[in-house]
Formats: sequence, C-alpha cells, structure tokens
Amino acid sequence: MSEATKDATAPAATAGAPPAAGTPFTGRLRRPAPYLWLAGSVLLLLFPFYLDRFWLQAGLFAMAAAIGAIGLNLLTGSTGQLSMGHAFFLAVGAYGYCVLAGESSTENGHALTGLGLPSWLAAVLAVLLAGAAGGLFSPIAGRLSGAYLGIATLALIFIGQHVLFNAGSLTGGFNGRPVPPLSLFGFTFDDAEVVVAAVPFQSSEKLWYLGLAALLAGGLFARGVLRGRPGRALNAIRDHRIAAGVMGVPVARYRAGVFVLSSMYAGLAGVLLALVFQRTVPEYFGMILSLEYLAMIVIGGLGSVAGAVIGAAFVSLLPQVLTHYSDSLPLVSAPGTGGIAPGEASRYLYGAAVVAVVLFLPGGIARLKTPGEKKK
Amino acid sequence: MTTFIELLLGGLSIGSVYALIALGFVVIFKATEVVNFAHASLLLAGGYVTAVLHDDIGFWPALGVGIAGAAVVGSAVEFLVMRRYRGSDQSVLAIVTIGVDILLTTELVRRMGTDVMALGDPWGDDVVTVGGVTLAETRIAAFLVAGLLITVFLLAFRFTSWGVSMRAAAENPQTAALMGIRLGRVSLSAWAVAGALAAVAALFLTVFPTPGLERATSLAALKAFPAAILGGLDSTTGALVGGLVVGVTESLATGYQSDLSFLGRGIGDLAPYLVMVVVLLVRPAGLFGTKELSRV
Repeated sequence: MSEATKDATAPAATAGAPPAAGTPFTGRLRRPAPYLWLAGSVLLLLFPFYLDRFWLQAGLFAMAAAIGAIGLNLLTGSTGQLSMGHAFFLAVGAYGYCVLAGESSTENGHALTGLGLPSWLAAVLAVLLAGAAGGLFSPIAGRLSGAYLGIATLALIFIGQHVLFNAGSLTGGFNGRPVPPLSLFGFTFDDAEVVVAAVPFQSSEKLWYLGLAALLAGGLFARGVLRGRPGRALNAIRDHRIAAGVMGVPVARYRAGVFVLSSMYAGLAGVLLALVFQRTVPEYFGMILSLEYLAMIVIGGLGSVAGAVIGAAFVSLLPQVLTHYSDSLPLVSAPGTGGIAPGEASRYLYGAAVVAVVLFLPGGIARLKTPGEKKK
Repeated sequence: MTTFIELLLGGLSIGSVYALIALGFVVIFKATEVVNFAHASLLLAGGYVTAVLHDDIGFWPALGVGIAGAAVVGSAVEFLVMRRYRGSDQSVLAIVTIGVDILLTTELVRRMGTDVMALGDPWGDDVVTVGGVTLAETRIAAFLVAGLLITVFLLAFRFTSWGVSMRAAAENPQTAALMGIRLGRVSLSAWAVAGALAAVAALFLTVFPTPGLERATSLAALKAFPAAILGGLDSTTGALVGGLVVGVTESLATGYQSDLSFLGRGIGDLAPYLVMVVVLLVRPAGLFGTKELSRV
C-alpha cells in the first residue's frame, strides 16, 4: 500500500520540486495522507463548537460503534471467528458500569443495587468485566470455528436478554436504569454547562473528546495487535488453522484470547454508549444490534481497523441521517405514516450493502483503490 | 404425572416442528457448506404468503402456495446471491446470508407491522382428551405432519437419485462434479427443499396455542439453530434428535416455570440455548456431528 502511494505520487513530487524533495522526510510531507489526517483531526476536534446536539450524539454513537466494531473485527475479520453475541458484551459493559458506579436507590418502586465506586474505576472494571464474561465463554470460543461459533454465540444474546429483563435489582428490568455521569480527575462529564469559547459545553460536547480519545486508543492498540506477532498468528488461524497449529501457534488459546479481547472492546463501547444514552434499556441490546455490528465490519472491510471505523460510521449514521432528512427524501417517511420508516430504509440499505460489498469489494470500503493507485 | 405427559407430548410435537426447520438448515449446510442465517426469514416468508392468501383461496391452496413461495424464495436466494459466492470462505458465506436475512426480515416485518395474522388452519383451538391427558389437535397434526415429511425426506435422501447426488455432493463436491452431478442443481434443490420445509414449520409455529404469525415468530424459528448445532450441523439424525431435545426442554421448562421461578420469567425460551451451550461444552461437534478430521 505504502509502496503504491509512493510511486503514484513520485512524479507529482518531482515536478517543480525544490532540490531536497528526495529525502524521506520531505518526501513524506509531500504525500496527501498526513495532511488529510491533520485536517480530519482538526475538524473532529472542532465539531463540538459548531454542531448541534443531535449531530454530536449521532457522532458519539458512531464512535462507540467504531470501538465495538474494531473489537469484532479482530475476532471475525482477522481470526475468522463469527460472533453473534457482541450485543451481549456491549450490555455487560453498559450495565456493569451502571451497577459499579451507581448508588443503591429506589426508582418507581424498584430497588436498584449499586456499588457506588468512583466512576472512572467503574468504567475500567466494567471493561474488565466484559472481558471476564468473554473468558467464561472461552471453553466454547476456543474450540469452535467460524460459523459454528456464530450459532453458539446466539445463546449469549438470549441469555443476555433474559438476565437484563429478570435481574431487576441490577438492571432495572424493562425500564432500564439511569447511568451515573463519568468523572475523571475531578472533571465530570455531565450536563452542567461549562462555557468554552462562548460555546456552552454539555454532556455531548464533553463526551465527544472522551469518545475521540477512547477511539484513538482503541484503534492504535488494535493496529498494534494486528501488525505484531499476535496479529500474524490470528491471520494464520483464519487462513489455515492446521498449518497455524503446526507452525506452533496455540490455536485454542489464541481463539479464546481474541474472544476475550473483542469482548473488552465491546465492553468499552458499551460504557461509552451508556454515557451517551444516559439510560440503559434492555431492548437495545438485542439481536439486531449484533447483526448491525457484523454489517459494519463487512461493509467497512474485514480485518482492518480503518474498515471497522468506516463501517461503524456508515451503519450507525445512516438511520440518523435518514431520520433527519426524511421530509426531503423520496420513499422515506416519518415512522407511523405508512411508508418506509427511516430505520427500515437504513436496514434495507446496509443489508444490501453487506451482500454487495462481499461480492464487489471483498476488502470492504477501506480497501477501495484510489484512481491513482489503480493506474499503477 | 398427567401434566408431565402433556408437557412431554407437547414438547415432542413442537420439537418435531423444530426438527423440520433444522433439517432444512442441515440440508443446505451439507449440500453447499453454507450456514444459513436467513433460514428464519424463509420461514417467515412462507408463513406470510399463507396468511395473506388464506382468506381468498381457502386454507389448503394457500398453504400450497405458501410452501411453493418459500421454496421459490429459497431458490431465488441461492440462484441470485449464494451462487455468486461459491468457493468463498465459510464465515464470509454465513455473513452474506446474514445480509440476506436483514433484507428479507425487514421487508416482511414492515409488511406485517404489528399485526398478528391468523393462518386460517382448520383445527382451531379444539382439543383431544385421552385418559385424562389433554392435547390440542394442532399439536397432534404438527407431530403427524412433521413425522411424515421427515420420513419422506429421509427415504428420498436415501433411495432417490436426487438423494444420492445430494449425498455425493456433500461427501466430495469435486468428485461428484466429475461424476456428472450438477452441483448448481443440487444446491438449488437443497435451498428449495429447505424453504418448503420451513413454510410447513411456519404453519405449526403459528397455530393454536400461539396467537398467530407476528414479528416474534422469527424468534421462535431461531430455536432451530440450537437444535441443528446440538445435534451436529452435518447430521440429519442430529437435526431430528436436536429438534426433539429442544422442543421437550422448552416445553418442560415453560410448564414447570412456577417451580423454576428463581431463574426468572420466560426461562422456557432460554432453555434451548442453555442446553446447546452445555452440549457444546462436552461435545464441540454436537451429539451426532462428525469430528472435523483433516489430512495434511
């Protein structure tokens, strides 16, 4: 990839270039990628100052989804292990945070148990809890391959739903439970207004930066895993399990390990989602959510971090965009008016996208070749 | 004791319906190596066609059209979508069926809305009482029909040339193709048969005592997945046993719910999945599945 870009941009670099163009550093400065990254990051950092709450929330959902999708992509894209149980681990993260950080209270006549830990500690523990839940499933996750695991993990969704609806004192049952705001080094991500450069910062604006940081950390960590020794082992297991075993990769241990890692990503995504929602409800963590995550990684590109992020943005922003513009779009109408509701329209779109992407773009959107590269 | 027998018989009956769905699922897997996550939506499609037509053309013709419709939808999925992906990785194929499932289910659920649709079956809510044991007629019909269809299917699988080509394709696709078996037709027919079986199952999943065809029907259909996998994904016997195990477990867990109240409400819906997890812990290939052997 980097070879190709270097070649493609080389002629452009020499045309009218100062004499120092050949050195590696200035050569790098002449490629478009770093500038795009810089512009993108500045844009992302500036969004809270300009966008309204609706778009910030949509963006936060996309960030949380991206973190979860990175985790699922490690499991499904890089190791070839299908998981339908991602929604379960999201729920463990979200509810784990609520239980650990929340105070014991009574709401609508329901007693809610909470441990009242400091919220940053609760967030960390919730992620570990999701990992532990994945670890509990690892005797199965380590032994089953591919689509078999996909069916086995269906069980997790149903177990999750059952527990969420029934363990009322922990989860609040049908009504869910409120999410205590996160506070980090004395700074609380709540709705109290802080004015920064004449822009009132509420929870969405504050969480935006937290989400960005979490996404960046998650993305870099996953990239490190994939580019290093474990990543090669995982790919080897996906491509040829027996050959990988013969070369000395402990297949079951790696499969179980990546399952735990992907659950921890889901847990982190769950915590972030809970913070954005400010209330966790059990219905959300159902089967459709799991299917959405699978759609994300397929559309974005299996096995790559960037793919997971692109896919997550696509799948989670699509319904929001369609809802927002449902008046001006043909064929889409507001829910309950008889036409195709935005939620359904977006499901058609990403369902079709899954089928089409596998056929026409096996690497997903992330591997789309730019025209310059194709020429080469 | 009477309750136990009633629950057991009811469980066997619903289990035979699950077996019917699981059988179609296993047939597709054997013939094409595809784990078909769109199976529940095939079932929904068959049920929907029957439910829409039964008022106008009567129940039996509507059921016939429903079965044919699901078979057509199944073969259309194979012909238009899955055929293009032949030779892809197994989990990629599975993900493609998930995409198909999202499309089909969204469309069907949108059409159904929040309605509960009756299928207009002739049995209604009649019950039969023999020696103190009460059983709904629908349950008896389900057991008989499912049993009959499964027998016919297994005989055809064993003795007809279609069955032989199907088994040959499952055994070794390359050799089968070299022997003149048209793999395209084999997989097309597998999807059609699976769709037809699912449509019959749709009827029995929606008759009394269930209220009718609704969104939740696809959740009921999903229970055929644990049935198929706990029996072993590549075993027709496994599908039958798995279906019965799932049916009986579900029925008993639902029936004795009040004694199991510490597990929470609705444990019956969860029971099949718990059984699957337990079986997989002990036998990762399922009860009757062949252990994956590979030569290097």
